Amino acid sequence: MTRTGEPAIRVQNMEKSYKDLHVLRGVDFEVAAGSIFALLGSNGAGKTTMVKILSTLLKADAGTATVYGFDVATDALQVRESISLTGQFAAVDEILSGRENLVLVARLRHLKAPGQVADELLARFNLTDAGSRKVATYSGGMRRRLDIAMSLIGEPKVIFLDEPTTGLDPEGRNDVWQVVKDLANRGTTVLLTTQYLEEAEQLADRIAILHEGRIIANGTLAELKQLLPPAKVEYVEKQPSLEDVFLALVGNDGRVEASKDKS
Amino acid sequence: MSTNFLADTSVLLGRSMRHIFRSVDTIITTAITPIALMLLFVYVFGGAISTGTDSYVNYLLPGIMLIAIASGIAYTAVRLFTDMQSGIFERFQSMPIARSSVLWAHVLTSLVANGLSLVIIVLVALLMGFRTSASLLAWLAVAGILALFTLALTWLAIIAGLTAKSVDGAGGFSYPLIFLPFISSAFVPTETMPGPVRWFAENQPVTSIVNTIQDLFAQQPVGNDIWIALAWCVGILVLAYVFAMAAYRRRII
Repeated sequence: MTRTGEPAIRVQNMEKSYKDLHVLRGVDFEVAAGSIFALLGSNGAGKTTMVKILSTLLKADAGTATVYGFDVATDALQVRESISLTGQFAAVDEILSGRENLVLVARLRHLKAPGQVADELLARFNLTDAGSRKVATYSGGMRRRLDIAMSLIGEPKVIFLDEPTTGLDPEGRNDVWQVVKDLANRGTTVLLTTQYLEEAEQLADRIAILHEGRIIANGTLAELKQLLPPAKVEYVEKQPSLEDVFLALVGNDGRVEASKDKS
Repeated sequence: MSTNFLADTSVLLGRSMRHIFRSVDTIITTAITPIALMLLFVYVFGGAISTGTDSYVNYLLPGIMLIAIASGIAYTAVRLFTDMQSGIFERFQSMPIARSSVLWAHVLTSLVANGLSLVIIVLVALLMGFRTSASLLAWLAVAGILALFTLALTWLAIIAGLTAKSVDGAGGFSYPLIFLPFISSAFVPTETMPGPVRWFAENQPVTSIVNTIQDLFAQQPVGNDIWIALAWCVGILVLAYVFAMAAYRRRII
């Protein structure tokens, strides 16, 4: 089904307006299979609109988008077979337990052993202990981990993460970063949107900057850096950032190491 | 696709039934207000109301059941609205499932939940002296009409759930529906009402449904009322379904 050399995602001249508001004004980009692609932009830049069109939730006004060669408008069902969406807000069922959420998605994906799939994912995302608890009792970070775990069921080839770390504390954010890196190592294509420059810098193989409905820059981090005048050499005393202090005090390093060991 | 539809709908039905059994209060609240009304009208006002029947609770029960359904479907609108807000609706819609099963699961859940409330109400009515000579066939006809009425109002609730801007709006649309039985033959015979009110009462859907169920319970011939009742229910159902699907398509491609 997949032609060799075909990018996992190809977006051409995509346009979308809500009444008079032109959200996307001709967006083009490609995402190579197995890579992490970051769509970077401020609030209202059109990132979520782009993700919704790619995940067949919204129709574009003009232009085309394909996922592994399937058109999101005309072959929506085939597109849905190969994608998973992790939206801006953790799309989890608060009344069900974490395990029940996973079993629910596994059943909807018609998998043979939904219980086993759920238990494996609970273990992989450090949620085994909380697995039988109502999701309403989860912290923001746990919710997001469960949310991403739900998106991995059925091993989709492409995962869309819409602002996956917005609203998370630094520990939760680091957990999510680790998951995203892990996904790419397993060969999953990841398209993530973010408004945090550091996040794009940490995770992405390629970064596209979406601004006022257009991609104004697209390249690797090194390529983007070349767009600016060469760096000046300055001598600055290296102080620990507040983040370094915070993470050292709450002992986050140990947790990150633990989750690395598991993967 | 159709095999997926059944499998996916039953998985999602299982999900929202869990919601209901984990918040049993929704069934209790749906049942408790109509039961309170029933107590109030039978034991406080009932003595002064002349309906031309021996037992006021026999006369009242059909209308009470319709009030229960009208308030019960508000929870369907709220559950659907919550799904839309939380993003889980979008998760389901972006998955390779039969998309319409997401709505149908809510509709079926509404039928089951309202059915449970009605069973509670009938049990309380029996304690209060409700008696019927209705045959099994008549009971089935009552159940059928109530199910059809629930289905019609549930699709109205789906419109509210899909289009509401707030959770209060999603739940609040049902207030006029709850009020309709008061201006019908549910509590008092329409003959006592002044002209225009009587005209409204006799020509709105609730009266024909109430009359039909009263007659079925009393083993009387149902006459034309049953056809008027069915026409109202099917008419509301078809219209609500069409508008609900239009609202659905506006939310999702």
